Amino acid sequence: MKQGLWILAVLLSHWRRHPTQLATLMVGLISATALWSGVQALNQQARASYDRAAAVFGGARPAMLVGQDSTFSQKLFVDLRRAGWPVSPVLEGRVRVEGRSLRLLGIEPVTFPAEAGSIPSIRTSDLQTFIAPPGEALVAPETLRDLDAAEGTALRTDGGALLPPLKVQAQLAPGVMVLDIGMAQNILHLPDQLSRLLIGRTRGPRAPLEAVTGDKLRYVAPDAETDLERLTDSFHLNLSAFGLLSFLVGLFIVNSAIGLAFEQRMPILRTLRACGVSSRMLNGMLLVELLMVALVAGLIGLVCGYLIAAALLPDVASSLRGLYGARIPGELTLTPHWWAAGLAMSAVGTLAAAATSLLKAIRAPVLAMAQPYARLQTQQRWLGWQGIAALAMLVAAIAVLIGGNSLISGFAVLAALLLGAALALPVLLACVLRIGERSSRGPLATWFWADSREQLPGLSLALMALLLALAVNVGVGTMVENFSRTFATWLDGRLAADVYVNARDDAQARDIQASLRARPEVTAILPSGRAEIEIGGWPVEVLGLADHATYRDHWPLLESAPDAWDEVKSGRAALVSEQLARRLNLRLGGRLDVSTPDGTWPLSIAAIYADYGNPKGQIAVNIDAFTSRFPNLPRTRFGLRVTPGKIAPLVDDMRKTFHLDESRLSDQSTLKAESTQIFNRTFTVTAALNTFTLGVAGVALLTSLLTLSNSRLPYLAPLWAIGLTRRQLAGIELLKTLSIAFFTALLALPLGLLVAWCLIAVVNVRAFGWRLPLHVFPLHLAELLGVAMLASLLAMLMPVIRLIRMPPAALIKVFADER
Amino acid sequence: MSVRARLSRRAFATGLAALGFGRKTALAQGFAGLGVDTSGFAAVTPGRRFVFPADHGPHPDYRIEWWYLTANLSDEKKNAYGAQWTLFRQAMQPGPQRDGWASQQIWMGHAAVTRADTHRYSETFARGGVGQAGVEAEPFRAWIDSWQMRGLDPMSAIKIAPLQVNASGADFSYALRLDATRPLVLEGDAGYSVKSERGQASYYYSQPFFTANGTLTIDGKSANVRGQAWMDREWSSQPLASDQTGWDWFSLHLESGEKLMLYRLRQNQSEPYLTGNWIEADGRSVVLSANSIAMTPTATTEVAGRKLPTHWRIAVRDHGLAIETVPLNPASWMGTRFSYWEGPISFTGTHQGVGYLEMTGY
Repeated sequence: MKQGLWILAVLLSHWRRHPTQLATLMVGLISATALWSGVQALNQQARASYDRAAAVFGGARPAMLVGQDSTFSQKLFVDLRRAGWPVSPVLEGRVRVEGRSLRLLGIEPVTFPAEAGSIPSIRTSDLQTFIAPPGEALVAPETLRDLDAAEGTALRTDGGALLPPLKVQAQLAPGVMVLDIGMAQNILHLPDQLSRLLIGRTRGPRAPLEAVTGDKLRYVAPDAETDLERLTDSFHLNLSAFGLLSFLVGLFIVNSAIGLAFEQRMPILRTLRACGVSSRMLNGMLLVELLMVALVAGLIGLVCGYLIAAALLPDVASSLRGLYGARIPGELTLTPHWWAAGLAMSAVGTLAAAATSLLKAIRAPVLAMAQPYARLQTQQRWLGWQGIAALAMLVAAIAVLIGGNSLISGFAVLAALLLGAALALPVLLACVLRIGERSSRGPLATWFWADSREQLPGLSLALMALLLALAVNVGVGTMVENFSRTFATWLDGRLAADVYVNARDDAQARDIQASLRARPEVTAILPSGRAEIEIGGWPVEVLGLADHATYRDHWPLLESAPDAWDEVKSGRAALVSEQLARRLNLRLGGRLDVSTPDGTWPLSIAAIYADYGNPKGQIAVNIDAFTSRFPNLPRTRFGLRVTPGKIAPLVDDMRKTFHLDESRLSDQSTLKAESTQIFNRTFTVTAALNTFTLGVAGVALLTSLLTLSNSRLPYLAPLWAIGLTRRQLAGIELLKTLSIAFFTALLALPLGLLVAWCLIAVVNVRAFGWRLPLHVFPLHLAELLGVAMLASLLAMLMPVIRLIRMPPAALIKVFADER
Repeated sequence: MSVRARLSRRAFATGLAALGFGRKTALAQGFAGLGVDTSGFAAVTPGRRFVFPADHGPHPDYRIEWWYLTANLSDEKKNAYGAQWTLFRQAMQPGPQRDGWASQQIWMGHAAVTRADTHRYSETFARGGVGQAGVEAEPFRAWIDSWQMRGLDPMSAIKIAPLQVNASGADFSYALRLDATRPLVLEGDAGYSVKSERGQASYYYSQPFFTANGTLTIDGKSANVRGQAWMDREWSSQPLASDQTGWDWFSLHLESGEKLMLYRLRQNQSEPYLTGNWIEADGRSVVLSANSIAMTPTATTEVAGRKLPTHWRIAVRDHGLAIETVPLNPASWMGTRFSYWEGPISFTGTHQGVGYLEMTGY
């Protein structure tokens, strides 16, 4: 054992003498672990909060009955109870309080099923205070902090409704406010309305559901995957993919650092073996050393990962909220599982990255010597294999692209493409360098090319990392840029009306419309409708649109039949959202059967329109046809066209006269601003991870160059000896590296565009159901090229300066030390 | 009858306490907040004139009220059964009655069936104001969820008959028709029933003269049953004493057609308080004095981890009654949120017959 410790001390002394190498290794491991575990923390946090939100009170989600529309009459609850169903009513809605949107949950504690979880404050304190006025508004501690209010404060909604006094309830999801069902109905202006019925497990004879409620309610099985989980899966997969990419790039660094360290330590190993240390002991200690480094770096990486996750959380949270309405808390909670998984990942990554070096060290004959030229030769043989592997990867990418149609396969295409390209890079570079060597004249030029080629193996991993990071950067950048351009025009088309109104009930809708008709600045009142149905097991919104130039001129149609709007007006045809069309494989002129309370409604497809960001499917039909097919739906929604400049006073007037809050009355510019904000943040996380990846690639290049620069001396010293100045040598080194980097970056551009295409035409379509048009932005490409060169220049700076300042003695010493 | 009153109140109040109504400290005092404050609720005073059918309906200004039915039944093969149907109402707050979910009324239902070899029970809770539970005087209807007790045409208000009663649980159900040949009986002083020396009282009447017939189903097996049933109606706002630990209550149908109700109230501070009513076959009711009653447990049964005196020797000196009671099923345990023992019994001695026993606080 003592011998083992001594060996370990000897091995570790190497790092003391080469602190930059240790730093490189640590940086590689830390960045790999940090990004991966950061992303994992984000995903875990979000998933946990979905569960929390779905279960609301910590129990399993019980079976439910839900209506055809967002709410249904309370009478159904009573009818079902009287028929023996152990149901408990829930009303859900959103309110704005202090400018924040809260999910309001009205529950009925007396019938609330015990298995749906307990509400401790209701169980242990007075049920009476919860039910009886003024009641209680239960919120998570985070929400209380967000609202900046003390327990016991009775806040008002931004619409003016008085909420019960606040009370903290630790196990609630953040952004949720739980109060008694009756109070929720008042605050949401939904008297006698319910959103769903939870079914308790109490057994007993009960009448068949249809016999009690007809087709008004639908059974939802317990513990089925929540909608949120299903809808947000793609988002999390996106994050995971980036996390994994960063992890791999980090491992490139680790690999090059460890490779160098092992090579430099060959003499030590040889000496140790010569001193009588058994190869088993030596290899064991090498392994111990690696694991120690992995654990220390892993721990630091986890802390960094936590910081990264904490920094990204607000953006992730707001994307999820904006896209899916999912609320996740603003604070990270980390599980022991996360720490363990992070450390394991770091250890496994280290071992994987060190595998080749370790094997080489284990197999090395005791007296073997490093032979640079021999290395080049084996490298060439290896290059051949690498070329074949690259080709195989690219073929695989194409095969998966044609064969698969899941999101995972989309990412597989992306992964295979990137990996194939990365593997192909050294082969391509070697070809270029060989061509350069053949076409060059003069000794210095020939040396330039030959030496570049010799240097290639040492640099190739870093260059591969750079290629990957750049390509992904180009790809993601292009996608985001495309998105923001498309989105702006799309939003203009979708939000064509100036003001949107959703009255409390039909009577109020009639009152509002009557008062608006008297106002000259209102140029059009456009009644609309919205129903929620299911087609092929997928939630679909049915929109009723008025036949008006507002829609005819602006609706963002992707493809349409010539007389699309007339067909829609006739009630025989519908406009179908792109997501729905893709999912159900619908084509222009095809047929779609919509089940309505009135029976099946056969619709032909007149056009397909863009509906970015909507996790549900959507169809748009004529409003008159809509109302006749869904006769029982409230007719409370309408849009207004208003003379420009008169919108703000009109909205103010309506708010005052009819007491409409933001959820019921909103103007176009506010809606647009909100939507744009949501979408801007949607890709913030992607962009941030992207930048991290590029940063890691820069570090990879830097560390490779740093480690190489030490072993470069024997090659440079002869040149110096024949008369080249150190400055000239430095210039040549700089030029050489920059040109290789430039060539890599140049290769990254088309690869990046391919990645962008993959993201837009494969991954996005499979993840979200919509496809953006692909535009190339040359300026953006040029900019990235510049950034890449700058990064390479920065990475080169230190080695080059070191070379310029190198005392001649050091160069001469090379000859003295010649092995 | 006051023990029954206390029991039921306790059962209800504690059931609600389990739901979260009462604080633990209040529970320890016995009646889950009922003993704290009655101000604002209508007071129970002597000399009230009862009006039927109006008084069959709820009295929401009073804090607590119940509709309580027990039945001793047997099938064609002379197998004995018991059935219980109970609806409790409690007002959370005094003051004007509010509509809809804002209603301050809470309802609780208990139902059970008993056979010599099994005892099944179920309970349910409801808020008032929305229609899930309630009572209407005319036409008479008391319901919670799918359980219902309703008047059949033509219903006599003074007999509160005929009635149709049904209830069901996970593995049992019953549907009974109740008929009565005699009017209901006002208890205490013309329906003013004093509960203790400390002045607690309730309004109280009962119908002990029901005949019952119908079907009773256990585990999917139905039996045609008939027998006798006893209904109690009682409402009050009065708090109860805090040192009462539990009680043992009997309602007995004597073969002679007479009825007997008596109880023993166990108290921490003093000897058990005994009282009861002797109801003649013609409906006349006499309050029994404590020193004419003797109630002695003769055997105990361990049920749900507690020792319960399931067998009793009972004597009522003034009426020459000396009997021994035997439970139909010693394990008639109501494992509801508030748990207690309630089941059919039979007795022999100077008199023979059947009845119900209720025991709490064990």
